[in-house]
Amino acid sequence: MPFNLLVLSCLLYVAFLFAVAFLVERRAARGRLGWLRSPLVYTLSLSIYCTAWTFYGAVGYAARSGLEFLTIYFGPTLVFIGWWWLLRKLVRIGRQYHVTSIADLISSRYGKSNLLGVIVTLIAVIAATPYIALQLQSVVLSFGVFASAAPDGSRPLDPGQTAVWVAVGLAFFTILFGTRNLDAREQHHGIVTAIAVEAVVKLVALLAVGSFVVWGIAGGVAEVIAKIDAADLSAWQVEPGRWTGLIFLSAAAVITLPRMFQVMVVENEDEGHLARASWAFPLYLLAMSLFIVPIAVVGLERMPAGSNPDMFVLTLPLAEGQGALAMLVFLGGFSSATSMVIVESIALATMISNHVMIPLWLRLRPGAAAADDLRSVVLMARRLAIAIVLALGYGYYHVSGGSAALAAIGLVAFLGVAQVLPAMLGGIFWRGATRTGALLGLLTGLVVWAYTSFLPSFGPGAALSEAVFTQGLFGLSWLRPQALFGTQTMDPITHALFWSMALNVLAFCLGSLFTFPGPVERLQGAAFVNVFEGSVGPQRWARGQVDPEALLGMAQRILGEETALSFFQDAARSQGKEGFLPDPTPTFLDQLETRLSGSVGAATAHAMISQLVGRATVTVEDLMAVASESAQLLEYSTQLEAREAELTRTAGALREANEKLTQLSLQKDAFLSQISHELRTPMTSIRAFSEILTDGDLPPEAVMRYGRIIHDEAKRLTRLLDNLLDLSVLENGSVQLNLGLASLQGMIDTALTAARQTRPDRDFLVVRDLPSEAIYLKTDADRLTQVFINLISNARKYCDAARPELRIVVRQRAGRVTVDFIDNGKGIPKDSQSLIFEKFARLTDANRAGGAGLGLAICREIMTSLGGAVAYLPGQKGAAFRVTVPLRLERQAA
Amino acid sequence: MRRPKPPLFLARAPYRRRRLRDAARLLPVVGIFLLLLPLLWTPDSRVALRSGDVIYFFLVWLGLIGVAAAFAPGLRGGDGTDDEED
Repeated sequence: MPFNLLVLSCLLYVAFLFAVAFLVERRAARGRLGWLRSPLVYTLSLSIYCTAWTFYGAVGYAARSGLEFLTIYFGPTLVFIGWWWLLRKLVRIGRQYHVTSIADLISSRYGKSNLLGVIVTLIAVIAATPYIALQLQSVVLSFGVFASAAPDGSRPLDPGQTAVWVAVGLAFFTILFGTRNLDAREQHHGIVTAIAVEAVVKLVALLAVGSFVVWGIAGGVAEVIAKIDAADLSAWQVEPGRWTGLIFLSAAAVITLPRMFQVMVVENEDEGHLARASWAFPLYLLAMSLFIVPIAVVGLERMPAGSNPDMFVLTLPLAEGQGALAMLVFLGGFSSATSMVIVESIALATMISNHVMIPLWLRLRPGAAAADDLRSVVLMARRLAIAIVLALGYGYYHVSGGSAALAAIGLVAFLGVAQVLPAMLGGIFWRGATRTGALLGLLTGLVVWAYTSFLPSFGPGAALSEAVFTQGLFGLSWLRPQALFGTQTMDPITHALFWSMALNVLAFCLGSLFTFPGPVERLQGAAFVNVFEGSVGPQRWARGQVDPEALLGMAQRILGEETALSFFQDAARSQGKEGFLPDPTPTFLDQLETRLSGSVGAATAHAMISQLVGRATVTVEDLMAVASESAQLLEYSTQLEAREAELTRTAGALREANEKLTQLSLQKDAFLSQISHELRTPMTSIRAFSEILTDGDLPPEAVMRYGRIIHDEAKRLTRLLDNLLDLSVLENGSVQLNLGLASLQGMIDTALTAARQTRPDRDFLVVRDLPSEAIYLKTDADRLTQVFINLISNARKYCDAARPELRIVVRQRAGRVTVDFIDNGKGIPKDSQSLIFEKFARLTDANRAGGAGLGLAICREIMTSLGGAVAYLPGQKGAAFRVTVPLRLERQAA
Repeated sequence: MRRPKPPLFLARAPYRRRRLRDAARLLPVVGIFLLLLPLLWTPDSRVALRSGDVIYFFLVWLGLIGVAAAFAPGLRGGDGTDDEED
C-alpha cells in the first residue's frame, strides 16, 4: 500500500472529523442537538478510556502476560455496573455545582482551595505527559509499520518529524474546537461527537481484524480455542496481589483520569444517560477485548520471532496482504490516539488555566477582575495550556526517544492519577474530610508515587541512580524505591500501588481527623456529601456593599455581553425589579458564582467575586458558624412561638365553648321552668273545674260554662304543644318546605284576614301600597304567611295607640324582598329588643291573649329555614319588624 | 427545621424499587467475587493459559453486563431525591 495514500486517507479522515465537529457545533449553537445528546453518544464518548495503549498494546500485553490485560477492563466494568454507588453521585455533584474538572471538584469540595486545585493539576499533568507521549509514539510506530512495509521501502520516515506533525495537528484541532467559547458548563458538543465517531471507527477496526484473524486465518472458533490451549504464551502469571491490584487500579483510574472525568461528568447532558452507559460502556469494553487473545495467539504463531507484538493488530493483516483492513486498523489506532490526546489536553488545559494561570494572573494584576476583558484572557490561557500540554508530551517522547520504557507508562500513569482517589471519595462521602487531610494525602501520594513508580519507570541510572535502586535513598536499605520498608515480594507496580495508596489514605485520614475545617469548607462538604438531599446549599455570600454594575461588568468579561445581560435581567426580574441591575442579595451572588465557576472554576470565581464584594468573605466566614447556630435557634424559637399561639387559640376556643354550654344549660333550665309553668296553668284550671263538675248537682248553665272553660284551656294546651312541636321541628332543620310561586299580595291578604280573629273588637287601620306588593316569590307560601299572621297579630295585640294603625311596606332589592310591619304604638324598649325573639319572652303579662311567647321564636326559625330573616326595626316611632326573604329560594338553600 | 421522619414501612412499589437499588449496589461485589474466584483454582501462581479461563471470564463479564442492563431501566426512574436511604 503506497505510503502517500496512507497519508492522504489520514488527512481525509481528519478532515471528516473536522466536518463532524464543525456541523455539530453549528447545530449546538442553534440549540438543535436532538439525538446528538443521546445516551449512545455519551457511551461512545466514554470510550476514550481505550487509547492507543489499549488498541495496540492490549495484544502485546496478552502476548506477554496472558489474561492480565483483562484487569484493565474489569475495573471500569465494576465501577460502571456499580454506578449507583459512586458515579451517580459524582455526576450529580458535577452538574449541580458546575464542576469543570477533577481539580475543580477537589478544590471546591475543600473550601474552594486553589492550592489543592494546583496540586491535583500538577499530578494530572505529570501523569498525563508520558501518556500523551505514548499516543504520539503509537501513531509514529504505526506510520513506521506502513513505511517499512511499502514495496519500494525507499521513503525514509523520520519518526521525530511525524511526531511533530501529529502533535501540531492535534493542538490545532483541539484549540479550534476546544476553546471556541467559554461555555457556562464547559461542554464541547463538537468534540464529543467527533470522539463518538472515532469510538465507532476503532471498535469496527478491532472487530474487523479480529473476525479476519478468527475466521480468515485460524479457520473458526474451535480452531482458535485449540490454538489458545496449544499456544506458547501458556505461562500467564496470576499473582493474586497483582491481579486484584490491577483491577483496583483501573477502577480508580476510570474515575480519576482527567479525560474520563471530562467526558463522564463535565460533558454529561443528562443523568439518565448514566443508567444506559452503566451497561453499554462495559459492553463496549467487552467488544474491544473480545478478539485480543485470538489475535495475540495467531500473531505469535504466524509472525516471525522478535516482531513487536504491540503491532500485531496492524502487521497481521499486512502480512496477509489485506491492505484495506490494515488501513482500517491504522485509522482505528489513529482514532484512539487522537481522541485521547484531544480530550486529555482539553481537560488539562481547563485545569491549568483555571487553577494556575488565571489565579496567577489575578494575583499579578489585582485590579484585573474589574478592568480587563477576562474572557479573552481565559481563552488565551486555555490555548496556551493546550499547546503546553502537547509540547510536554512531544518533549517527553523526544527525550525518551520512543524507548520501550514508554510501554509500561500506562499503568504508571494510572497509578499517578489514582492518588486523587482518596481525597475525591472522602470528599463526596465523608463530611469529616478536611482540606489539610486532602492536602497531606495528595502530597504523600504524589511523593510516594514519584519515588516508587514514576522515577524508576525511566530505568536504573536515568532519574534515580543505580545506587538508589540497590541500596536505597541515602544508603538506607528500607528506602529502596521498589522494596519500601523491605517489602520485596511484590512486583513494582503492585508495590507502588500498595505503598502509595496506603500512605495516601493514612495521611488523608489522620490529617482529616486532627484538623478543624473552616466554615466555607464545612458548608461545601455538607453540600457535596448531601447532594441528594438538597437541603444544604453551598456557601452563602453575605449582603455585601457591592455595586451591581461592577458585578455586571465582571460577568460580561467572563460570560460575554449578551449572556451576562440576560442573566442579570432574569435575576432582576425574579427580584421584581425592572432593568438589568438586581440587588446583590446573597442568593444572587451565589447564582452568579456558580455561573462563573462553570467558566473559570470554583476557586477563581470565588476569588473574583470576593475581590468585588471586598472583605465580605472574611466576615462571612466568621459569621458563618454563628449564623448557622443562630439560625437554628431562630428556627426553634419560631417553632415555639407558633406552638404557643396555637395553644392560646385552642384555649380561647375551649373557653368560648364552655361559655356557650353554660348558657345553653341556663337556657334549658329556664325553658323547662317556663314550659312547666305554661303547662301547669291550664292544667290547674282544668283540674279545678273538672273536680267541681264531678261533685254533681250543678245548674246546667254552670256545667256548660265550666265545660267551656275546660274546653278552652285544653285548646290552649294543645296549641302550646303544637307550637312547641313546630319549634323543635324548625330548630332541628328537619322541616319540609313546600316551595312554589306565590303572590306576596295574596299572602298578605290571607294574613290580614286570619289575624282579624285576634282581638276582633279592635278597629285597625291598615296602610298598604298595593302596586309594590305585586311580586311573585318562590318560597313556602304557608310558612311565610304564618310569619305574617304572627307579626300582624302581635301588632293587633300589643299596639297601645288610641287609633291603632299598621303600615305594611314592601321593597325589593338585589334578589331579596323586605316586608316591614310598622305600627304606631310605643314600640319595644331598646334593652328588650334583643330578647323578643327568645322562647317564652313576653314583655308584659298585661295582654296575654293565649300566647305562650313562642310566636316570634317560631317566626325566626321559619325565616331562617326560608333563607331569610326577621328582625326588629328600630327608629320607626312604633314597633316595627322587617321580614327579609329571597326572591327565589333554591332547593339546596332550604 | 427538623426533617419529617421518613415512613417506617413502605408500599409494595417503593419497596421493590429500594430492593432493586440494593441489588444494583450488590452487583459489583458479586462481580469482584466472580473475577477473583479463578485465583483460587490453581495452587501454582504460574499456570498455563487455558481456553476455559478465557471463556469463563468473558461469560462472567457478559453476565454482569446483562444484569446491569436489566437493572438500569428500573433505576433510572427514581433519581433518589426523595427516598435516599432505606
